[in-house]
Amino acid sequence: MDDIKILDAVEKYIRGEMNPDERLYFENLRKTNSEVDQLVVEHTLFLQQMNRFGEWKKFKSTLHDVHTDLSEQGKINSAKLIGKAKVVYLWKRYRRVATIAAVIAGVTTLSVTAMVNFLSPKAENSKVRELVLKVDKLDEKTKQLDTKIEKVDKNTSKPPITTAVRFNGTGFLIDGRGYLATNAHVVKNSKNIYIQNNKGEQFRVKVVQLDVTKDIAILKIDDADFKAISSLPYGIRRSNSDIAEPIYTLGFPRNEIVYGEGYLSAKTGLNGDTLTCQISIAANPGNSGGPVFNHNGEIIGILSTKEIQKEGAVFAIQSKFIYQALEQLKKDTAYQNVKMSANSSVRGMDKVQQVKKIQDFVFMVKGD
Amino acid sequence: MNPENNEKDLLEGLAASDKKAIETIYRENFNMVQSLVINNNGSSDDAKDVFQEAMIVLYEKVRSGTFELNCQIKTYIYSVCRRLWLKRLQQLNRYFPQGESLELTVPVEDEIEEHEKRNTEFEMMDKAISSLGEPCKSLLEAYYLQKQNMQVIAVNFGYTNADNAKNQKYKCLMRLKKIFFTHYKNGNSDG
Repeated sequence: MDDIKILDAVEKYIRGEMNPDERLYFENLRKTNSEVDQLVVEHTLFLQQMNRFGEWKKFKSTLHDVHTDLSEQGKINSAKLIGKAKVVYLWKRYRRVATIAAVIAGVTTLSVTAMVNFLSPKAENSKVRELVLKVDKLDEKTKQLDTKIEKVDKNTSKPPITTAVRFNGTGFLIDGRGYLATNAHVVKNSKNIYIQNNKGEQFRVKVVQLDVTKDIAILKIDDADFKAISSLPYGIRRSNSDIAEPIYTLGFPRNEIVYGEGYLSAKTGLNGDTLTCQISIAANPGNSGGPVFNHNGEIIGILSTKEIQKEGAVFAIQSKFIYQALEQLKKDTAYQNVKMSANSSVRGMDKVQQVKKIQDFVFMVKGD
Repeated sequence: MNPENNEKDLLEGLAASDKKAIETIYRENFNMVQSLVINNNGSSDDAKDVFQEAMIVLYEKVRSGTFELNCQIKTYIYSVCRRLWLKRLQQLNRYFPQGESLELTVPVEDEIEEHEKRNTEFEMMDKAISSLGEPCKSLLEAYYLQKQNMQVIAVNFGYTNADNAKNQKYKCLMRLKKIFFTHYKNGNSDG
């Protein structure tokens, strides 16, 4: 209770609320009692601080009020930013962040692009293009085929013309007046047969002798354009040939006369067939019916078949059977004077010269 | 009216906490400070804080009685605000464009240091009073800050008489003074 009274007095004294008597009494008390004196000093400090604190708080709230008032009256820019000011503020504030973000985004984009470029297979584009090209090509091809088919249709509907070839073979003159020998299988199913030599000359022929078992056919040129040849450069051998004799052949496996070289492998044909002999020579379809010459330019056979399973095993009909076929033909009185020579005029020439002389008498046989 | 006299009147008004003077200073300077802060990575709330701090600095200055303004109020406020905002940005680690400042500024470092010291003291006091809790906070504020009469306080706070109120106030005051002087001594020994 005393403490409260003393504090009350101290506060009164500091504020100067005491009357002169009280003041005098209190100042005496202060002098005699150091505790009271200290309390006065201490409390003065405290009250000063409290006052200043109070003023500070008051001023702060005044400022706050003033700010609110002025904002409401529009005398200062309102606290809320509008329109452009806000954009400017946001830009200024986040410009650095935005820049960094943009840089990161840019770098990321570039590196991802680079990686994609680097890692993705480069050929893809060209492959796609190729495929497209292929499709285009296929399209083109289909069109071409269509037109071809149309052409073929037209061609077959026409009466026989020479280009409508069903098969090719080879044949050779045995008598300069227009007689040829070939394989029976080359011509047996044909109605219209033509021959064509390496110069491109074409002649119509007809089959005058056909021996399917021996696979020999004799044709006669039935064309006014054909001029008889007085003598052939080669002969046709009557006797058998010897093994290992070098041989060559001329034929039309394609539209050009083709020379092939080999040797006589065996005196008989497949499974001991005495009709034929085995030769080793490169032969293709189209070589059938072609002449097989020995080094003297004598025909020793007619190239006829090829063993399917074995490579390089080709069979030729022995030339003596041409004579037999000719004998058969001569039974018909119309062909009594057909002659074959056993003598070869190219004997002793080298192969190049032989072939030069011979090649004009070897023909492509075409039938439909 | 002479502008120099006008400024002097304003400062006198400010020292007396005259609301009209405060309003005038506020109105004439706030927009300038706001553009300063906003143009330098700040918001309008930041501008308000910085400007009010500067106002308090000026207020304390004119109240000390020793203050003589050697420049325009505008220049002074601008200088204080610029300095304060720079400091704030540094604390926030935010970027402040360090371009050459062409604006006229006056040295205000001492004032700001003083102001900050005072600010800490007041904030400490505020905290101390708040930590007392009710009814002490309101009781002490009513008596010491609003300077209300004990009889009025007794009625307002529902005490049967002034003595009871005085009794309660005394207990509260002792607690506050204890906190205050502990901090005060610590603050002094620190400083």
